Amino acid sequence: MPTLHIATRKGLFTLRESLGRRHLSRPAFPGEAVTAVLAAEGRLFAALRLGHFGVKLHRSDDDGATWRELAAPAFAAGLEEAPAVDMIWTLASDGGGTLYAGTLPAALFRSTDGGESWSLMESLWQVPERKDWQGGGYDLPGLHTVLVDPRDARRLTVAVSTGGVWRSADAGASWRLTGSGLHADYMPPALAKELVAQDVHRLAACTAAPETVWCQHHNGIFRSTDGGETFDRLDPVQPSAFGFAVAAHPREAQTAWFVPAVKDECRIPVDARLVVTRTTDGGRTFEALGSGLPAADCYDLVYRHGLDVDADGERLAMGSTTGNLWLGQDGGAHWERLDAHLPPIAQVAFA
Amino acid sequence: MPTITFTANLQTHVACPPAAVAAATVREALEAVFAETPRLRSYIVDEQGRLRRHVVVYVGDRPVSDRTTLSDPIAADDELFVFQALSGG
Repeated sequence: MPTLHIATRKGLFTLRESLGRRHLSRPAFPGEAVTAVLAAEGRLFAALRLGHFGVKLHRSDDDGATWRELAAPAFAAGLEEAPAVDMIWTLASDGGGTLYAGTLPAALFRSTDGGESWSLMESLWQVPERKDWQGGGYDLPGLHTVLVDPRDARRLTVAVSTGGVWRSADAGASWRLTGSGLHADYMPPALAKELVAQDVHRLAACTAAPETVWCQHHNGIFRSTDGGETFDRLDPVQPSAFGFAVAAHPREAQTAWFVPAVKDECRIPVDARLVVTRTTDGGRTFEALGSGLPAADCYDLVYRHGLDVDADGERLAMGSTTGNLWLGQDGGAHWERLDAHLPPIAQVAFA
Repeated sequence: MPTITFTANLQTHVACPPAAVAAATVREALEAVFAETPRLRSYIVDEQGRLRRHVVVYVGDRPVSDRTTLSDPIAADDELFVFQALSGG
């Protein structure tokens, strides 16, 4: 099993396997909320949200043995509206030396020096539609997904809860609001198709076929085959099409995983039975995978970044707000719970 | 000269021993400390210079009234205390 990083409400844990035995580390940043973790280009990054003292960013160059604080993404002093970063919701790398941070309030920051310094991507901050962005699960709108096209790092796709899907073809110099086909049932009928009103919970793209983008939306599961320009709704998905997380198979464009909950007003597993839904045929059909997952009395919820798949598409990891961690084998056909009582899990990420 | 003392919980992140500062306002007192320990700034104030929501500063036994520009005056014999607000958990 590749090393797994687990960002939780009370520290950053690492799960390693050696000689067939799994070992869970003591936490880095014990007691502190770790909101995002990124392993990129031999370095580890951890975003903290200290209860009193604000958002912090740390980097480790020795696989987590030691950490050093970096300047965290921040808005310029005196910027109109006087914004302040409340949380780093996601960290991403283009694999070529550029890092991205998505934040609450919804903004995209970029670093080209290994996270030592960050600059606001003003092109996205200044889009006129930003006035229509709204909170989605938090008081503030948040940017939770950054997809970098592995074929061309200038092509970026980001998503905002709630503010739709945004794409850039020029490394973030300009942005277009995309996502036609998405549908917001929480809006008045005349506004249900408004691109800016879409609460995309999470996007995931197939690495080998980046035109395939899976979308777990507030009102269902959607799929794009044109890189996130347009989406088709996949209905009906049983036991539910509501959820937050999605993982895309890195090689097979027809395969993706989701973690369903009852519906938006009832964010618990259907019938208190935890399953992962998987499609292997491009979303025409879904199967509910429950082998090794709790079949009853389960009230775990998996957040946006709480599901990940390894580079082979074989192993999965899933962490819940209840602090349970499951490892899936054979593409999620079999699951096993780690024997640990972790804090609420924000993100799981294979190295 | 006014003195400034920080909550012990802050010391786990940034070393910030008690200090005597030449200052006539809360902002001047904090700026004097930030000049000595630049990394401390982002722990006390946000990027707009406002006191962080869950940080409180007392001048003697009074919490500061101006949390935005920190203009509360301080006297030479004042003691400043930087604490965490329990609203932050």
